[in-house]
Amino acid sequence: MELPPYATTGERIWFYTFRVICGLIFFFLIAPILTIIPLSFNAENFFTFTPGMLALDPDAYSMRHYEDFFTNSQWQTALRNSIQIAPAATLLSVSLGTLAAVGLSQSHVPARRAIMAILISPMIVPLIISAAGMYFFYSRIGLQGTWIGVVLAHAALGIPFVIITVTATLVGFDNSLTRASANLGAGPVRTFFKVQMPLILPGVISGGLFAFITSFDEVVVVLFVGSAGQKTLPWQMFIGLREQISPTILAVATILVVISIALLTTVELLRRRSERLRGLSPS
Amino acid sequence: MTSATDPDAYTGATPDNAIRDADRAEKGPVLAADGTPLKASLARSLRVQKLRALGLIAPLLIFILVTFIAPIADMLFRSVENQIVSETLPRTVQELERWDGESVPDEETFRALAADLMIATELKNHTRLGSRLNYETTGISSLFRQTGRDMDEVGEVYLDQFVELDEAWEEPETWMTLMASDDWLTARDQWATDKEEAEAAQDAATTAEEAIALEFTTPEPDFQLNQISQEALPRTASIYRQFAQVIQSEDEDSPAEEEPWAIVYQALYEDLTAGRGEGYDGEIAGLLTEAREAVGSFEEVPVREFFLEEVDEDWADPEVWGTIEAFSSPYTAGYFLASADFQLTPQGIERQPEDQQIYGLLFQRTMFMSLTIMFSCIVLGYPIAFLLSNLPVRTSNLLLILVLLPFWTSLLVRTSAWKVLLQQQGVINDILVWIGLVADNNRLELINNQTGTIIAMTHILLPFMILPLYSVMKTIPPYYVRAAKSLGATPFTAFRRVYFPQSVPGIGAGCILVFILAIGYYITPELVGGTTGTFISNRIAYHISSSLNWGLAAALGSILLALVLVLYYLYDRIVGIDNVSLG
Repeated sequence: MELPPYATTGERIWFYTFRVICGLIFFFLIAPILTIIPLSFNAENFFTFTPGMLALDPDAYSMRHYEDFFTNSQWQTALRNSIQIAPAATLLSVSLGTLAAVGLSQSHVPARRAIMAILISPMIVPLIISAAGMYFFYSRIGLQGTWIGVVLAHAALGIPFVIITVTATLVGFDNSLTRASANLGAGPVRTFFKVQMPLILPGVISGGLFAFITSFDEVVVVLFVGSAGQKTLPWQMFIGLREQISPTILAVATILVVISIALLTTVELLRRRSERLRGLSPS
Repeated sequence: MTSATDPDAYTGATPDNAIRDADRAEKGPVLAADGTPLKASLARSLRVQKLRALGLIAPLLIFILVTFIAPIADMLFRSVENQIVSETLPRTVQELERWDGESVPDEETFRALAADLMIATELKNHTRLGSRLNYETTGISSLFRQTGRDMDEVGEVYLDQFVELDEAWEEPETWMTLMASDDWLTARDQWATDKEEAEAAQDAATTAEEAIALEFTTPEPDFQLNQISQEALPRTASIYRQFAQVIQSEDEDSPAEEEPWAIVYQALYEDLTAGRGEGYDGEIAGLLTEAREAVGSFEEVPVREFFLEEVDEDWADPEVWGTIEAFSSPYTAGYFLASADFQLTPQGIERQPEDQQIYGLLFQRTMFMSLTIMFSCIVLGYPIAFLLSNLPVRTSNLLLILVLLPFWTSLLVRTSAWKVLLQQQGVINDILVWIGLVADNNRLELINNQTGTIIAMTHILLPFMILPLYSVMKTIPPYYVRAAKSLGATPFTAFRRVYFPQSVPGIGAGCILVFILAIGYYITPELVGGTTGTFISNRIAYHISSSLNWGLAAALGSILLALVLVLYYLYDRIVGIDNVSLG
């Protein structure tokens, strides 16, 4: 979008106004996330910039909220629970999801649309409804308030992401490779691990990252399906925001922002690698 | 291997052999390599492929069906399920079929209620039923609790009179003889003997472990009625059996050692005054005949009077009876009616009183706020998507990070950011005061109301609008607009008549996506919405965890689910499920 040399004054004005508007919208998108980062280093228990902070006085900044996060037993328990639940749920949804995605990408699958709709449904149904249903059903079968119950629920929520990313990778998969492998004497299992898996690995990993983030970020379902013993990091944040809001939340939030930047970078790199492997130029 | 794959030495199924076979056969169906008709062979291999694909999908499908679809089905079921009334008050429900709907029900109905409530109280079910019916008519919960406390007294007057007549009526053995079946008595004798022997053996045990190992844990055989009393004294038998069951299961005692509840005497009195019991010719026929002759002169205390005068005068309220009757069927539309601000009353379906019509308002508010969020997302998302799709790839990829970062950031992080920014002492108000737009003592209320929810949710859902818009706009060729301009259109006309119509599919996709996500949101409205900025989902959560009216929560959830599915169907028609992209 270049401004042509023959543009009229009105066009010029509009051109720059439009850029300013877009700049403001980008500011709206990114500013809230960036604001909490300096605030998390606040030396006081405030949620706004103190005069000292604005004057860039080093004394007005401190790591005390981070210290609180790493020493407070409640936050540490929550962190431990999150770290125990998310990988288990991810493992479950990635293993089952990849298998099913391979099945779904074969040429003759009866009722593919219906199956796809069922497998994607956890992503479509509003979380509060999933949470309500799971709460009712899991308390009927004795899974409510157990670690297994939360892991199963989170795995179910993560599965659509795995299915979508892995089937998307499999679209570009050349099936003559598996036939060639079979022709050379490899069994289906060996073909899968030696030929198919390395090629779809980027999709599997990014699906896994999505599943991980879904579980790691999830509050609504764990609020209902879990009990005090499964209090995760987002749950602790939710309680903190609702009851006694403390700046430690901002420290946690900053840590999570850093984690999500790392994950975003990983997924993007994986996407490029996958496209390169499939012979598409990265865009 | 070499010899087997040698074409001339190999006589099994190979393509070459198949062609030779086919040539040899000439007529008849085309054959596959192994000699079977090609059609059958193809069908079989297709079947194998299908089965293999299904075999790969099956574990996940079962997993999702159990962990996700079953819960949703359970919720749908709970929104209509209502077995509690007919299960807890079976006799009363049956008697109420004769009720005219206005007067205080007759003695028979009260007798049935007394019997039902006595059993419910012993099983501690009456409070559950009370709180269930309390959702429909307030006050029933306390009425049931109060009544439960007085249930022991029903029939006491008859107990005294029967015992006065003959002390044998007080003895559990009399009742055993009257009620228990011979089989059961034999089985119980056997059980008692076994138990005695086991206890004797236990006493003889030398060590504690041995004693524990020898402990007799077999429960008493389940009580059985005899045929004669069931026919001669149906009511007494029915309630006595319940008594025996409760004594055995709840108290882990034996009916052979417990005096029956007073209400059993009440039932006996009812049976005898109704002229029944003549057919009884068992061992204690004499005792029974004596009683039958005496009941005529017994002092009578109608159960109806007892309930109305001694227990609670609310039992005279047709509203209470109407509620029981209205919710007596095992399935009810009551929860759905409540979600639409109607209520099921004895007179039929009625509108809720004006001040209790909250759900219509809440659905309207959810819709209104979701639409507002959707429109603000279009207004903010359209220029961004337009800019991104018209910039050189390198620059637009860089700017896309600014969209994807919020998309990837934890929902709670963004909500907490807005909570911090929007507070009265927060950053935005501080800046406004510093600029001088707002007086320090007149700071804006940006949080805990609709404004807060709309701002925060627009921010959270904006990437979901930008990404589909961007993917559509990227495919619009730039030369259409150039052609329009060269044909004399002003930039605005070219945009309005040429570019905009081509971007409409993107707007549609983004709108439905944002709207679907918005109407089901829970966390953000809960944290920044206060009381006026909450959605229907917050009400669902309230009913699950605070008011414990699960049926209503399920009905509200089902309505919301239906709404989302309709929208999703539209989305599928417009965009297609397969086109869901994850940025």
